[in-house]
Amino acid sequence: MILFEALYVAPPALTAQAPILVIAGPLIGACAAALSPGGRTAWMVSMLTAAFALWMAVAVAGEVAREDVIDYALGGFAPPMGIALRIDALGATMALLVASIGVMGALYSGHALESEVKAEKHTLFQSGYLLCLAGFLGLVFTGDAFNAFVFLEVSSIGTYALVAVGEARDRRALPAAFNYLIFGTVGATLYVLGVGFLYAATGTLNMVDMAMRLATLGDNSAVQAGLAFVVAGLGVKAAMFPLHGWLPGAYAGAPSLVSVFLAATATKAAIYLIIRFVFDVFPEGEFGEIFLSWILAPLAAAAVIICSVQAVFEKEVRRILAFSSVAQVGFILLGVSLATPAGLSAGVFYLVAHALMKGALFMAVGAFAISVRARTVEDFSGIAREAPWSAAAFGVGAASLGGVPLTMGFLAKWSLVSAALETGEIWIVAVLAIGSLLTLIYVGRMLEAMFFRAPGRGAERAREAPVGVLAPLFVLAGLSLWFGVDATLPVSMVNASVSALVGAAP
Amino acid sequence: MNVAVTHFNYLAVVVLMMIGLYVLFSTGNLIKRMIGLALFQTSTALFYISLGKVSGGTAAIKIYPDSPEARALAAPLDPTYVQQFGVGGVVYSNPLPHVLILTAIVVGVATLSVGLSIAVRIREAYGTVEAGEIEAVARLDTADAGRDP
Repeated sequence: MILFEALYVAPPALTAQAPILVIAGPLIGACAAALSPGGRTAWMVSMLTAAFALWMAVAVAGEVAREDVIDYALGGFAPPMGIALRIDALGATMALLVASIGVMGALYSGHALESEVKAEKHTLFQSGYLLCLAGFLGLVFTGDAFNAFVFLEVSSIGTYALVAVGEARDRRALPAAFNYLIFGTVGATLYVLGVGFLYAATGTLNMVDMAMRLATLGDNSAVQAGLAFVVAGLGVKAAMFPLHGWLPGAYAGAPSLVSVFLAATATKAAIYLIIRFVFDVFPEGEFGEIFLSWILAPLAAAAVIICSVQAVFEKEVRRILAFSSVAQVGFILLGVSLATPAGLSAGVFYLVAHALMKGALFMAVGAFAISVRARTVEDFSGIAREAPWSAAAFGVGAASLGGVPLTMGFLAKWSLVSAALETGEIWIVAVLAIGSLLTLIYVGRMLEAMFFRAPGRGAERAREAPVGVLAPLFVLAGLSLWFGVDATLPVSMVNASVSALVGAAP
Repeated sequence: MNVAVTHFNYLAVVVLMMIGLYVLFSTGNLIKRMIGLALFQTSTALFYISLGKVSGGTAAIKIYPDSPEARALAAPLDPTYVQQFGVGGVVYSNPLPHVLILTAIVVGVATLSVGLSIAVRIREAYGTVEAGEIEAVARLDTADAGRDP
């Protein structure tokens, strides 16, 4: 975060209110987009609002770099009575990530929507998109356990609708969205139950206050049940194995912009909240350790192996990427389950890396989808000759996913392996190695088809995507490369996040 | 047995929740699934309301101390209990869980309406709301993948 220390991007009066403006901006934008007369206007609103949210997020990051933690009492009601926003380095990092993806997605939506969403739905689509953005930004900023539920549901309701919009291209999106709604709502209800248990035990909903009271209260069965419900509920939203059933269908059926946005932010925000609860709210002790090493770690390892194998045998490109997402969530949670500063920082770094690379991959698939209706790996054969720039960006994202040196994915895998070696958990190293090999297999299959085969039936009609689509795609792919060579910025942010969480830098 | 009597509202929460979950996963009819989901969500409302109940407490609307109403409410209660837990001679229930669950109910209604409208769209696209039949059609769609549109 040191890089942000000298950053004053907004006037002081605005910076003081920046935490709430990050959330309120997209919420107001969502209303404006819904009321706008046409798709173009809605797109302009979406762009402006996302850019405003990013601007405010940078202002917050600068403030966090100077003051470590921002406490913002909503409406001037002081916590623990009032609802508070509490932003530390981890929250600021997540907000920067979400807001940046939000801006890239809004830029991308200018052209990408036309081929995938009916024209009369554009205004409402942008409205739902901004609603999701507001929900995720609120989720990473809030310091109140129940408020987090509300933001979780604000974003989720937007997401269900956005996934269902994919019916115009592929009607399987509808049952997928319904399935996602059922899973997601059960997850959110479990989370509410868990918060109820914690409220019954502590009498507070403010996370800091709750952590202080839990520390003196110690473990009891209500608190343990509370944590179990909270993590199970958030696990559904984070697509933690074996609660990931909704994800492949939803990512495969949704419009590509929604897949980009979900893959890069939705599961990440839920993982953020799991980390927040396990390391910040819940007291250190035997129960937490047992939970991390006997429940979280084996499930994450199972996700890495099983879902990578599923991705290897999958035919449709979007479904390969979706199963790969579940496997990558496994990688992230493996790092988190080590519970050492090094493991935690590897997990958070992997989270950022995965958001950038999966965003780029889904964007590239969407860029192809503008000119051809290609689904399976076969359909993509030889597409690199017809659309070289999109294919190049896909290649960079795929290389990062596979962990090729000089990409961010390589650094992420490297730090994960070294963190696992440090703790002496050899089986985790073995799981990481097998998972990486499987990743190389499915990544290799896609790249081989795209770059080294003669164009198939579909690919011959492929055209290069317009600049408005290529620009955000190149930014995301470029960042995966740039941070693979010079990772100063993400590493400093991740280190600050980890020391804010556990009080020790890796 | 004693616990079952004193905590019967919590038992009701568990039973309701399990019925909701069972409906959710046993039926293939999307509308019935939404009913199960609604039951599941409503059981948490009962859970929160139970948490907020203070025995002998009344709704948290301010009652003036020493008014006839306050005296009438305090009359059946043990005076030391009122002294300890009351505010101005009246024992109130905890209003916070009520407020929370009001929010959760609103969220639940929103989710239900989104779910039902997706079910309507599914009916339009597939001609059925039975999960089994939808899956059969979706499998054909998957087999179609790659063929020219």
